[in-house]
Amino acid sequence: MSLRADRVGRTIDGHLILDGVTLAPEPGSVVGLLGPNGSGKSTLLRLLAGLLAPTAGVVTLDGSPLADLPRREVARRLAVVEQQADSQVELTVIDVVRLGRVPHRRAWTPATARDEDAVRAALARTGLADRTHQPWHTLSGGERQRVQIARTLAQEPRELLLDEPTNHLDIHHQLDLLNLVAGLPVTTVVALHDLNLAAMYCDHVAVLHTGRVHACGTPGDVLTEELIAEVYGVRAAVTRDGADGRPHVRFLGTLA
Amino acid sequence: MTVRPLALGVAGALLLAVSVALAITIGPADIRVEDVWSTVVAHLGVGTSELTPIRDGIVWQLRLPRTLLAAVCGAGLAVCGAVMQSLLRNPLADPFVLGVSSGASTGAVAVVVLGIGGGLVSVPAGAFLGALVSFALVLLLSHTLGGSTDRVVLAGVAAMQLFSALTSFVVMTAADAETTRGVLFWLLGSLSGAGWTDVGVCGAVLAVALVVCLSYARTLDAFAFGQDAAAALGVSVARTRLVLLSVTALLTAALVSSAGAIGFVGLVLPHAVRALAGPGHARLLPLSALAGAVFLVWVDTLARTVLDPQEVPVGVVTSLIGVPAFVAVLYRTRGAR
Repeated sequence: MSLRADRVGRTIDGHLILDGVTLAPEPGSVVGLLGPNGSGKSTLLRLLAGLLAPTAGVVTLDGSPLADLPRREVARRLAVVEQQADSQVELTVIDVVRLGRVPHRRAWTPATARDEDAVRAALARTGLADRTHQPWHTLSGGERQRVQIARTLAQEPRELLLDEPTNHLDIHHQLDLLNLVAGLPVTTVVALHDLNLAAMYCDHVAVLHTGRVHACGTPGDVLTEELIAEVYGVRAAVTRDGADGRPHVRFLGTLA
Repeated sequence: MTVRPLALGVAGALLLAVSVALAITIGPADIRVEDVWSTVVAHLGVGTSELTPIRDGIVWQLRLPRTLLAAVCGAGLAVCGAVMQSLLRNPLADPFVLGVSSGASTGAVAVVVLGIGGGLVSVPAGAFLGALVSFALVLLLSHTLGGSTDRVVLAGVAAMQLFSALTSFVVMTAADAETTRGVLFWLLGSLSGAGWTDVGVCGAVLAVALVVCLSYARTLDAFAFGQDAAAALGVSVARTRLVLLSVTALLTAALVSSAGAIGFVGLVLPHAVRALAGPGHARLLPLSALAGAVFLVWVDTLARTVLDPQEVPVGVVTSLIGVPAFVAVLYRTRGAR
């Protein structure tokens, strides 16, 4: 059952940002969160991560409300990648990846062999094994996100939450990153702007519109010309010529 | 470039011991390292001192406590700076820049000059309250202004100005000439009045603060990408901030009540140590403490001998060294947001 949002709502400064949203990702699947700016994607991710408390409804991890679990315990289960990570500190790649072990380690004790193994495995899986000592500041946007993914792998989570992780990346790095994420053995919830990327890599998509779930299902069922017109106000032609008949969206213009 | 941390630690501890012993020998009265050793041994109840009572007094009553207080203050300020920089994600944070030292000064002066508290409140307690009020004001102000990293420093500058003005106001209006001279010298940061009580109190507070901060070493590492990232790594952000900011305010208050507001040690030393030993706090904090201690021992030795028999307040010397370093830090961080 793992991570589940049950009819969650959130009000910020008197504005209803999310209203009665239910999301129950299947274990091991990749769920795409879609929707226009301000539809509540980021807020929903923050609720799922326990960084923000819902004003209505409840987020549960294996049936226990997130708010009742110690933060450390949550962090051993659930990892978060932000849109863009920034640091003032002069870190190397391995310093960043080691942060993933923070929830697993106790004060006053050095890193165990298990900690180091997890870090090494994460670096290998993300193809960063030969760049462990490269300074963070010298990395490109795509490389930085890759390092953040490595950090979450060192965290050994079962759930991974990503907030528009491809936003500042070129197309090569966008595909590269989502390919990496989709291949991980974890339950993933990822907010995305690009409908075609979502169609390519997500098992399910949930479309948020004005704080509610407008549609939910496989990309083939959800991404229709009607839905794109209703939610985004855009004319589009949807064909089925992606891999395994996945939809492909071609935009034709805005609706007047 | 990272040097082996254990080797650095051992080298630092040795350097500190040698620095303290050497610093004590420097000054108008001619004292050798052996004299320092025999005096210390004698006062610890083993063997007898071969020095005359006057020279013994110079070592045991004047130079030793003063040098040890310099070491404790340097260590404490450097640790405060390292913790504040990481917690507030601001390379320019330190107790002096954020106005905590000024607040502590105002509190201490209010007790000394105005007699606030009617003798029930001690000078360190006044300094602690001042430090807390000032720190709370800075955090509140920067939060209201938007909470970004440059706002914290701007709010700190505002608090520093406010509390400096309040302190000057109190001193100028309420104190007689004699008190004014004493208080002003101390406000600029000076170790000249150091006694064994100061060493004991500051040393004890430093020890407690170091233990608390070190137990949060990993937690501080997690703040590298900000508070949300720290929370996502399982850190209880609110509790960590409360504990560590209180501890640094307490330590700053203890140091300021003994030695006045000594600037820039907390700002500069942690950056130097990061460049040598990397950003991990389990190494950064103890190494910063050692570096700060060695640094302030020598700066104070310089301060009390360079214009002999006149004494320069040690805070003046650290500022003269610190301002160029401050600019250097600004320059280095100009690209990073």
